[in-house]
Amino acid sequence: MMSATDVVERAPRTGAADWVRGRLRNIAPFATLLFLVVFFSFASPSFATFDNLGNILTQISVTGIIAVGLTFVILCAEIDLSVASIANTTGVVLAFFTLQDASTNIANKPLPAVAAIVLSVVACFALGLVNAFGVTRIGIPSFIMTLAMLQIGNGITALLVRGQIAYNVPPFIATLGNGSLGPVPWIVICAALTLLIGHLVLTYTRFGRYVYMVGGNREAAEYSGVNVKRIVGSVMVISAVCSGVAGMLGVAHLGSGQQNEFDNYLLDSISAVVVGGTSLFGGQGSIGNTIVGLFVLGVLNNGLDHISIDSFLKVLIRGLILLAALIINVYAQRLRTRQATSSAA
Amino acid sequence: MTPADQPNALELTGIGKAFGGVVALRGVDFTLRAGEIHGLVGENGAGKSTLMKIIAGVHAEHDGTMRVNGREVVFRSASDALAAGIGMVHQELSVVPELTVAENVFLGVQPTTNFGIVDWAKMFREAHEQLARLGIDVNVRQTMGMLPLGVQQLIELGRVLFSGAEIIILDEPTSALSPPEIERLFETLRRLRASGKSLIFISHFLDDVLAICDTVTVFRNGRKIATMPAAQIDKLWIIERMIGTGHEDLEESYTSERMLEAPPNAPVVLESQALCKLGAFSDVSLNVRAGEVLGIYGFMGSGQLEFARALYGKIIPDTGTIRIDGKTLRAKNTAAAKRAGIALVPESRRSMLFALEPVYKNVSISILERLSALLLRPGAERRVAQEHVEQLHIRPPRVDLPLGNLSGGNQQKVALARWLAYLPKVLVLCEPTRGMDVGAKDDVVKIVRGLRDAGLGVIVVSTEPETVLSLADRIVVMKKGAVVREFTNEAVSKDRLLAAA
Repeated sequence: MMSATDVVERAPRTGAADWVRGRLRNIAPFATLLFLVVFFSFASPSFATFDNLGNILTQISVTGIIAVGLTFVILCAEIDLSVASIANTTGVVLAFFTLQDASTNIANKPLPAVAAIVLSVVACFALGLVNAFGVTRIGIPSFIMTLAMLQIGNGITALLVRGQIAYNVPPFIATLGNGSLGPVPWIVICAALTLLIGHLVLTYTRFGRYVYMVGGNREAAEYSGVNVKRIVGSVMVISAVCSGVAGMLGVAHLGSGQQNEFDNYLLDSISAVVVGGTSLFGGQGSIGNTIVGLFVLGVLNNGLDHISIDSFLKVLIRGLILLAALIINVYAQRLRTRQATSSAA
Repeated sequence: MTPADQPNALELTGIGKAFGGVVALRGVDFTLRAGEIHGLVGENGAGKSTLMKIIAGVHAEHDGTMRVNGREVVFRSASDALAAGIGMVHQELSVVPELTVAENVFLGVQPTTNFGIVDWAKMFREAHEQLARLGIDVNVRQTMGMLPLGVQQLIELGRVLFSGAEIIILDEPTSALSPPEIERLFETLRRLRASGKSLIFISHFLDDVLAICDTVTVFRNGRKIATMPAAQIDKLWIIERMIGTGHEDLEESYTSERMLEAPPNAPVVLESQALCKLGAFSDVSLNVRAGEVLGIYGFMGSGQLEFARALYGKIIPDTGTIRIDGKTLRAKNTAAAKRAGIALVPESRRSMLFALEPVYKNVSISILERLSALLLRPGAERRVAQEHVEQLHIRPPRVDLPLGNLSGGNQQKVALARWLAYLPKVLVLCEPTRGMDVGAKDDVVKIVRGLRDAGLGVIVVSTEPETVLSLADRIVVMKKGAVVREFTNEAVSKDRLLAAA
């Protein structure tokens, strides 16, 4: 029989330093966000205003929707480099099936709004399925598979618009992309809803649990009888559909559909997830982390516009912030693993 | 010159080695004569590998002295040992399958032209000549990976020879070879012996040891027990010395017989018929009844672990059928096998558990489908986990603790708790007591008995005879991927198991 003292001995040490180390992944992004907000508030009088908060929210909405899907993928220890490309493709498919002005020289096929939207969703779903098939059935590493899909998506976009620009999307989508509900832009509501749904799925559903387990230890998940391929395939499809939705709203929000329109969103969405503290090795992180990451990026991008700074330097600063986040990410993972194994007798 | 006139190839005196307080070897004297093949036998952990690592220069710190050809030597690294003419062929071959045979022979020491470019013509020519001298006739331009394992091993042996080794240590050289391949290896070894090389032959396969060795040394518990000319001893003599006879209580329990009793008339829950997987196991047919523990015993690499994985859908067998309750199961993945009622605990904790997740999630992952249609029910998960944590005396009994904070034995129990919660029809346990202390082992025995009494078919797969003996109602012995012996309703002891394997 074990005595009570044994139990106490085996219990983990609970020093303040240990507490911080165990939560470095969550604390560091939040501290970064606080620092940036305080810094920009002092540096520019126009930063800390209610209007500007609205700007930031609107600016991170499209990235946010993409980042939800990416969070699923990265939690599974995979990556999706085709998110921006699939967003672009889906947005252009939507425009392609919508009646354009006579001035737009695109051989498009106008359909009823509902049909156009359904076809767009089908398009991104199908591209996601191809990703899923390549990764799980053929066994192509997701990094390479989605790199190929990035090209394929760009190719489809190029064929559809042929260098032209489409301006019209169905009115329903146009409202969601550009309109407001009272003072709140619809696109912010859409992003918030997507983030909320993503959070609920990850936290409260069986599927969400499997995503964490597959990311935490894929072999162990398999030995536990989890259909790992199905989970990995599903997150690839989820990511593509989130990107598709972001693409449709994005085309409406930006007011046009054209080639290479979403290129920046690839880096932004990956940055948001990783800066937020979700582990690149899978299994650790949450939509909450992604939200913090989105705000870090949003505040940074927006704040740099408010202070007079060389616009070319902006890119460099963003790169450095991303590098710092990556270092913390890897470091936090190592600390947690060490903590978990060192306290084992 | 006759061998008697020569100095001994290798002479060890008073060799001792401890790893942080745990004594692995004590006071070992060992003599390898020039031109002999010296067999080294003993159970896992008897000290064979530690001694070989000392000879090969891997363990630099040790007690005692070592003489090579009469000269005292001190090795600081493996390259020191190689410079003194000692080479080793490991059980896991260190060949590069993508390169040609010649490149493997000259790995790291390719002949070059004056311009520093690899001299391919010379390399192919010399590799061919040297291998031919060993009686190995292969196309040296062929890719290594295309050759049978036995030939690859001979080529690796060749490489060690060409690097100048006069003393060669062979670690389990026959474990993956077929009988004709073994004969070919032995021919080469005899040729080497005739040319004056000295060989140390480490093996679990006592028949092979007796067939090729001139002298046999037995190790037990870090000590040299006996050295005898092979011609004067037999397999039983070796086994008796390997496991010791009645000196200590613990050892007595190993040699004591156990009566196996299979449950009569119980229905067969799992049946494997002529199951084959190339390179792992072939033609394995066996069955497990409800309320029975079937032990599968075999040396490392006998295919028993792969067979277990094939039952669970982790490895897809090439041919043959698996039936559960008479229904054919074609599981493409572990999820399908689990649905059909098979569960497996692998031999390594790391591939089974989620170290960063709390204990309750580690337990409940097997039963999430039952607990929740869509939404999780953490309360129910915790309750189920708490119940099993208490039942298995897992310490500390706190289901919210990250699993990594538990000790190794307790982690292993969590892996069991996972399937106790699920209650499959057939539970396959790979090395269920490896690395556990006596108390934890007892707990596992109790758990397995409990499962058996609850009507499960349990398969215990192990390379440790004690594990199988303490748990099984019926024992199947596997050797080189095939079932070679079944013990049913008869007395069995460790020496009989070892003799069968």
